[in-house]
Amino acid sequence: MNRFYVVLAGVAVVLAVGTFTMLKSGGSAPAAATGAPPTVVDDGFRGYSQGSGDAPVEITEYLDFECPVCASFAVIQMPTIKEQLINTGKVHWRYRDFPLPIHRYSRFAAHAAQCAGAQGHYFEMQDQLFLNHQWAQTGKDPSKLFRELAKASGVELTAYDQCMEAGRYAQRIEFSRQEGDQMLVDGTPTFYLNGKKLNFRRLPTSDDFKAVVDSAIAALPPKPRPSPNRH
Amino acid sequence: MRSRQAIALLALVGFFIAVYLWLHALGYGGPLKCGTGECETVQSSPQAVQLGIPVAFYGVVGYLALFVVALIGLRPAALADRKWSLLLAGISTVGVVFTGYLTYLELFVIHAICRWCVGSALVITAIWIVSLLSLRSPALRTDRGASRPLPDRPA
Repeated sequence: MNRFYVVLAGVAVVLAVGTFTMLKSGGSAPAAATGAPPTVVDDGFRGYSQGSGDAPVEITEYLDFECPVCASFAVIQMPTIKEQLINTGKVHWRYRDFPLPIHRYSRFAAHAAQCAGAQGHYFEMQDQLFLNHQWAQTGKDPSKLFRELAKASGVELTAYDQCMEAGRYAQRIEFSRQEGDQMLVDGTPTFYLNGKKLNFRRLPTSDDFKAVVDSAIAALPPKPRPSPNRH
Repeated sequence: MRSRQAIALLALVGFFIAVYLWLHALGYGGPLKCGTGECETVQSSPQAVQLGIPVAFYGVVGYLALFVVALIGLRPAALADRKWSLLLAGISTVGVVFTGYLTYLELFVIHAICRWCVGSALVITAIWIVSLLSLRSPALRTDRGASRPLPDRPA
């Protein structure tokens, strides 16, 4: 009888340790997607973009997902910018990652967006990350929340998990950050209009962008008129 | 006695499976360790919550009850008492019926199979079978003479 209780206690200890280990290992953000990769390779990717590729103006935004100003800009200003400038064919808007080192989960969030983007849901995931931005204030490991946001974005989670675990886009994100360094990005969000840095005295509004875009379009040389067909 | 020992061990295994799923439902840990990935589909479905409580919690309570009853039934004074076997069979029958309902939901409503749920279903089915077999086996002999020391042989 006593031997049975010893076996029972042993089994209980093994199962308790196993359960604890599974919970602990499943709860942390994968290191491969959280930190900077040891090497960087250019995979030719230059960011997800919105708007017509023929638009006369291209704006590149360097953003950090954990940055509250980026979130505020995305939630408050971008809907109007999309309506007035992107959907009207005036602007082609490109998003580049610039995870700041002061933000613990910024790179991880950028990676989650890239993994969602691999399934065609980058913009939905970006919306989720910015609309539910309280994750950036808690300091808690957001890996579980990001999975829920990914699911809400229409992402298939098995492939998402594999992508995050492998850190598949860590090099792409670091490449984007180094590109930002070369472009002299000094904070987020930072904007470039046709490659030229835009300097605003405060967080720009949709009206500010409308003004600079209209001004840029007005300054463009007139398109050559098509020559009339001769018969 | 062997059947109650087996039930105690099986209930312990089922208890930790249920605890793992329950803690996951409460938000502890990350994604479930589940090879196929369908566990998440099952666990995040509306059917994973019954009467406002995560289904896994019913498993925690059920397995804990089986474990405690089996241990009580293993006390020397209770070994011959058939009511503990009946209680184990009753609880495990409820568990098997509930598990059958959940398996139906997985197969025909959620259309996904959770590996951990299958594990739990196998455990409760094994407990149920052992508990039924223990009801069929004859009761332990309890006549006191059997446990008395043998009298010294007359010289």
